[in-house]
Amino acid sequence: MQPVQPNHLQELLNSFANKDVYIHLETTNGAYAGHFKEGFFNAGAFIRNVVVNYELGKVAGDSPHRIGLKLPYGWIYAQGITHYTVDEKDRLLMAGLDPEGKLAVSLEISETPFTY
Amino acid sequence: MIKEERHVLVIFPHPDDEAFGVSGTISTYIEMGVPVTYACLTLGEMGRNLGNPPFANRETLPLIRKKELLQAAASMGLSDLRMMGLRDKTIEFEDDEKMVKLVEDLINDTNPSLVISFYPGLSVHPDHDATARAVVRAIRRMPVADRPSLYTIAFANNTLEILGEPDIIHNVEAVADKKIATLNSHASQTVWMMRDMEKRLAENDADALKWLHTERFYTYDWNNDFE
Ligand SMILES: [Zn+2]
Repeated sequence: MQPVQPNHLQELLNSFANKDVYIHLETTNGAYAGHFKEGFFNAGAFIRNVVVNYELGKVAGDSPHRIGLKLPYGWIYAQGITHYTVDEKDRLLMAGLDPEGKLAVSLEISETPFTY
Repeated sequence: MIKEERHVLVIFPHPDDEAFGVSGTISTYIEMGVPVTYACLTLGEMGRNLGNPPFANRETLPLIRKKELLQAAASMGLSDLRMMGLRDKTIEFEDDEKMVKLVEDLINDTNPSLVISFYPGLSVHPDHDATARAVVRAIRRMPVADRPSLYTIAFANNTLEILGEPDIIHNVEAVADKKIATLNSHASQTVWMMRDMEKRLAENDADALKWLHTERFYTYDWNNDFE
């Protein structure tokens, strides 16, 4: 993955619009957050291989960026995106990495299902 | 002194769970000629450490961790490694009976005299606790006379309060090299920690040496069952 280049990422988001695509969306503080910092309110969410068809995808803000996908009847967004890549399966993988390199958020878009 | 066993079955959810507190014990059993099976339920797919600049992404991390797990097994001399194909952070959401069956099948297949896993409710990560519950339930269903011993790892902050001191202490100094090699095998997870640890070990730091040379377990007490 490389640091986000907003114009390039915008082109990639456009290329997946108006197609049935598989989504991976995740936010996390890590399972150990409450162990290392007692009382830490640990929240996160995870969705994988949900199929959507978005009409508009947008990169917003300065780094870390926000990514929003407008659906016919709703929305998907992720904030804190710092890195992205297109892998050998032509999947768009975006992630937000904190300064230590730990993933805090990820949003991935693919025309084929992700593994289990 | 490490007690002779017929067969040891180790069950953990994540690659690297074995490295910190059990790899010396596993290596010792193997050197003693005791067969060891390590069932690792997931490939740590949800690990957060991708590096900055990143060395992996969400989709490549499991492939990296699988290679690391194979290398860790080789470092311990372990030949019976079983990757069970579940997904990181989802164990507690699997059907509870399915999880018990998974453990029962492993026990039926390997006929262990000793099982090593986590302690339910005192193992911090939801996958650890869910694995531990399945292990305890599977063994509890066996006739008392047929049950293998169960050594558990607990490291929640309140462990000492609840369980006291561990009753099984293994000195694994003789296989320290293998333990370090196992820890280093899981580089994606341990590289930062090990950089610090190897420096402390080189300085003969007493706490670091104790950490490396001692592995501690709680024998599961059926008279003090978690449920
Ligand atoms: Zn673990």
